Amino acid sequence: MNMNPFVCIPLLPFISFLLLGLFGRQLKPLAGIIATLLMAVSTALSLSVAYTYFFVSGKVEGIYQTLVPLQYKWLEFSPSLSIDMGILIDPISVMMLIVVTVVSLMVHLYSISYMKGEDRYASFFSYLGLFTFSMLALVLSSNIFQIYIFWELVGISSFLLIGFYYDRPSAVKASRKAFLVTRFADLGFLIGILILAFEAHTLDFRVLIERLTHPESEFLIHASTTTFLGASALTWGLVLVFMGGVGKSAMFPMHIWLPDAMEGPTPVSALIHAATMVVAGVYLVARLFPVFAISCPAALDLVMVIGVLSAILAALIACTQTDIKRVLAYSTMSQIGYMMFSLGVARWGMDSQNGFTASMFHLFTHAFFKALLFLAAGVIIHHVHSNEIKAMGGLRKLLPITHITFLVACLAIAGIPPLSGFFSKEEILLATYHFNVSVFLLALLTSGITAFYMFRLYFHIFWYSPTQQVSSKATHHEAEFVMLLALILLAGGAALSGFIPFSRFVSANGIPFNTSLHYDFSILPVASALTGTGFAFYLYKAKNLRPDRIAERIKHLYTLSYHKFYIDEFYTMVNHSIHRLIAYPSAWIDRQVVDGSVNMSGKAAKTASEGIREMQSGQVHQYVFWFIAGILILAVVVMYGMG
Amino acid sequence: MNLLLLLLLPSVAILLTLFVKNNTQAKWVSLLFSAAQLVFSLMLLFAFQTERASGNISMMLFEQQLNWFQSAGITFHIGIDGISVAMIILTALVVTAGVLVSWNIGYMTQEFLILLQLLGAGAYGFFISVDLFLIFFFLEVAVIPKYLLIGIWGSGKKEYSANKLAIMLMGASALILVGILGMYFHSGLKAFDLIRISQIKLPVETQIMFFPFLFIGFGVFTAIFPFYSWVPDGHSSAPTAGSMFLAGISMKLGGYGCLRVATYLMPEAASVYAPYIIALATIGIIYGAFATVMQTDLKYINAYSSVSHCGFVLLGIGMLTKTAITGAVMQMVSHGLMTALFFAVIGMIYERTHTRVVRQMGGLIKSMPFICTMLFLAGFTSLGLPGLSGFVAEMTIFMGSWQNPGAFYRISTIVACASIVVTAVYILRAMGRVAMGPLPAALSDEKHKSSLKDATWNERIAAIMLAAGIIVVGTAPFWLNNLVSPDAAIIFEQLISGN
Repeated sequence: MNMNPFVCIPLLPFISFLLLGLFGRQLKPLAGIIATLLMAVSTALSLSVAYTYFFVSGKVEGIYQTLVPLQYKWLEFSPSLSIDMGILIDPISVMMLIVVTVVSLMVHLYSISYMKGEDRYASFFSYLGLFTFSMLALVLSSNIFQIYIFWELVGISSFLLIGFYYDRPSAVKASRKAFLVTRFADLGFLIGILILAFEAHTLDFRVLIERLTHPESEFLIHASTTTFLGASALTWGLVLVFMGGVGKSAMFPMHIWLPDAMEGPTPVSALIHAATMVVAGVYLVARLFPVFAISCPAALDLVMVIGVLSAILAALIACTQTDIKRVLAYSTMSQIGYMMFSLGVARWGMDSQNGFTASMFHLFTHAFFKALLFLAAGVIIHHVHSNEIKAMGGLRKLLPITHITFLVACLAIAGIPPLSGFFSKEEILLATYHFNVSVFLLALLTSGITAFYMFRLYFHIFWYSPTQQVSSKATHHEAEFVMLLALILLAGGAALSGFIPFSRFVSANGIPFNTSLHYDFSILPVASALTGTGFAFYLYKAKNLRPDRIAERIKHLYTLSYHKFYIDEFYTMVNHSIHRLIAYPSAWIDRQVVDGSVNMSGKAAKTASEGIREMQSGQVHQYVFWFIAGILILAVVVMYGMG
Repeated sequence: MNLLLLLLLPSVAILLTLFVKNNTQAKWVSLLFSAAQLVFSLMLLFAFQTERASGNISMMLFEQQLNWFQSAGITFHIGIDGISVAMIILTALVVTAGVLVSWNIGYMTQEFLILLQLLGAGAYGFFISVDLFLIFFFLEVAVIPKYLLIGIWGSGKKEYSANKLAIMLMGASALILVGILGMYFHSGLKAFDLIRISQIKLPVETQIMFFPFLFIGFGVFTAIFPFYSWVPDGHSSAPTAGSMFLAGISMKLGGYGCLRVATYLMPEAASVYAPYIIALATIGIIYGAFATVMQTDLKYINAYSSVSHCGFVLLGIGMLTKTAITGAVMQMVSHGLMTALFFAVIGMIYERTHTRVVRQMGGLIKSMPFICTMLFLAGFTSLGLPGLSGFVAEMTIFMGSWQNPGAFYRISTIVACASIVVTAVYILRAMGRVAMGPLPAALSDEKHKSSLKDATWNERIAAIMLAAGIIVVGTAPFWLNNLVSPDAAIIFEQLISGN
């Protein structure tokens, strides 16, 4: 395939970053339009290459090919280990190109109006460009170190954007927290890379996968027979790489940064913390899926456990939160949990790989409805000037278009047919059902809770009884045209993307297959979703005392959920202990022992010289002279004494 | 290319500065000559690469050998390889930037600039010397003026710091001198020539005896644990240009010496002592990082983080693989550029806010966007952001370290890797406090508000030069890698053949 469009797709947002970063002040009024236009070209290019790949030239003899049209030696460590900046094209990278460019374009479009009047309007778009560039380069990476490089770069763009309102201390704190938690996870990723590189003698994805999956490969044999603390080197490598994914994708137990990250501007939450960056962990596991599935299925079990734990935990927390963006953040975590355990239940082979396809399918549909939910939330927040759902209510008449699009997204995420979420979730549940029934039941329960908290949000915002304050504060009605355009386009995606026959394009081994909807199977998920929705309707359709009464009855669970299971508090405690046990002692040793002994030897020298008064003139150069002279004498003694 | 020009340019600058009429002329003379050094160093790079491309594979290029003290076996032998070229460019960049940020020094300007040029000359001389005696000579030239720089133009407890720095570095020099004399007598050559000594095989016992003298001696310069305590006090009391030179160049003299003199001349001893070097380096890395977390003064933060970052240089050398040694040199370049930029920016902030205490600042990005952007850039380099120089250097060291199998090497590497998380903690905390958040009340009154201006032209040029270096190394690392790794390979082969 021609490599030029693939180079241009990430390069255009990068140009936007440079242009607006360097000449932001001059270009300020046009910043949004310039960035959006560049992004539009990039999106068009990625749609066209996706078309070419999937329908024209990607399939050879019925298998979607993995291609590397470009590779440039960027940094050579040794003849076999080098970081090559390259482009890897296969079904999942092309799919991710569509997701990232489309959502990014919508967010750009929306932000033209949403960010209007901001002091740092140009910087905002410049950062968006940096993020989009890094994310696109991440999904196209052909080298495991290349993915790490862009992994860090998306992290820093996320840091800059969460802390965009830098004069708010809470935003500064949240940006730092997000960066540090993911950095800690990335430490695992880095060590994982070192282990895998040492075992496979390469950093290139294709070679690495081949060497670590081929049954007769000496690399694989070495990697799986070398053990450390009871696990093979390969298992360690994969688990540590997965740790990077756990951090970036905000999976339990490293999810604590995601809710705080909502301090960033809402379009940023939509792009980075809902649709694209946070699914990088899922993408990373999918990228290495053959190694996981063929050589180390035990690591996939871990992926499954982490995934399902995150899904249910986040869903439980989301039920009691009152900040609209935080509810959405926990729902993101929960949905990514779905994608993770879906990968975890997949295995290698034609009949057991459905989980892989289902996971990618859910990633794809989730991007649309979750971005939509956030962007709609942005409109609502602009309208009522608050994130608290208590300040909202009865907005369906004031914001009719936002209301409809939000409803579409809610139906999609709840998994109600025929919207997109239904199809992808059904595939996941089906794959899980075939693998492990208890995980399936947990997933089913989560799906019901998802429907409940989403519709709790929906009824709270758009029905319920409006508060007096709101109606007086609300000065303008519906949002501006570009914002609504973004909402409507995304709603189209959220409604229709489920009809894409995903398994014909994306599969673990590149061979397309057919899936059909199992009507008898879908009864359960739909029933679960409808129960959740009905319950939310019963409690939140209009103001009543039922929610409080129920909260009172399950007080303990309610408190636990409200306080997010006290995980943040636990980390604060750990953090303090690290300070107390390592940082304070380090500083103390520095002052008292190391510096103390230097000063002490200075004092000792002074005291000694009191005795030999003639030599003491108080001038440093004389001390130095005697010091050197002494050493010289010593040297002569040593050399001639020994030699 | 005549390498003597590198010594001539600063010398002429010093002479002219002595005879100019006023400070303005002195500043322009100094700037002009530093710029000339920079241009010359870049030409040197170009000439070096052309020569290498044309197939000249001798270890040192552009060699010159003049008799000096014939009877004592001292020759004026100079030459450069890829590692020295990288160091020379670094020196030229830092000296030029140093002159630019000292534009408003205001007190004894001529003398200040003379000392700065003298330091530069010492560093150039050190990097081009191929004779042990010359190396020692230039090392001293690059130390003594620092005593005066700190003592006269410093701040805070400057006398204490100047004494501490001078005495510790002099002590280190004494160790180095013992080592050099050991080489001189035990090689049986009665000569100081580095190349000639490297060609004969020193007995292992001799190596074992003298390696610690040379390695620890040079190690003190690069803040080897536990002999680092001159770094924080020295850096924080020095004037801006002094700190830039101290951290940017002086600490590199140590790393370069450890590599070029200690490891290269005594490969067997190097592998015997490698575990100790690695242990000290690892302790320095992680302990330096944790000690930084507790600092509240910007200069102390950067000084302690230098202890941590220079630990990587020693770690790379101690790991004794080609990749790790290349990484160590890249880290020297990267740290030199980064820390010079950091100190330059801290100086700019201090001039405006009259404080270096992190807690007393806040929200500066609003009034000084350029300075704070540069602060962010330096900070991101420090925490190893890809695209900037720190990342490629550290990753090369990690990659090279991991090639050593064995639990000890692995654990050391993992501990060193873990420091990047701690680095992120202190860097983000400092940057968050200084640049972001609300402006504190102490800085928002009228008097302060008028002084919170963005960078002036000279400060901008200085910062942009250093930033450009960081970005070039970070985005096109193959360039520095190709320059350094063939010569790192020569040192590595010496290690192989030695063992």
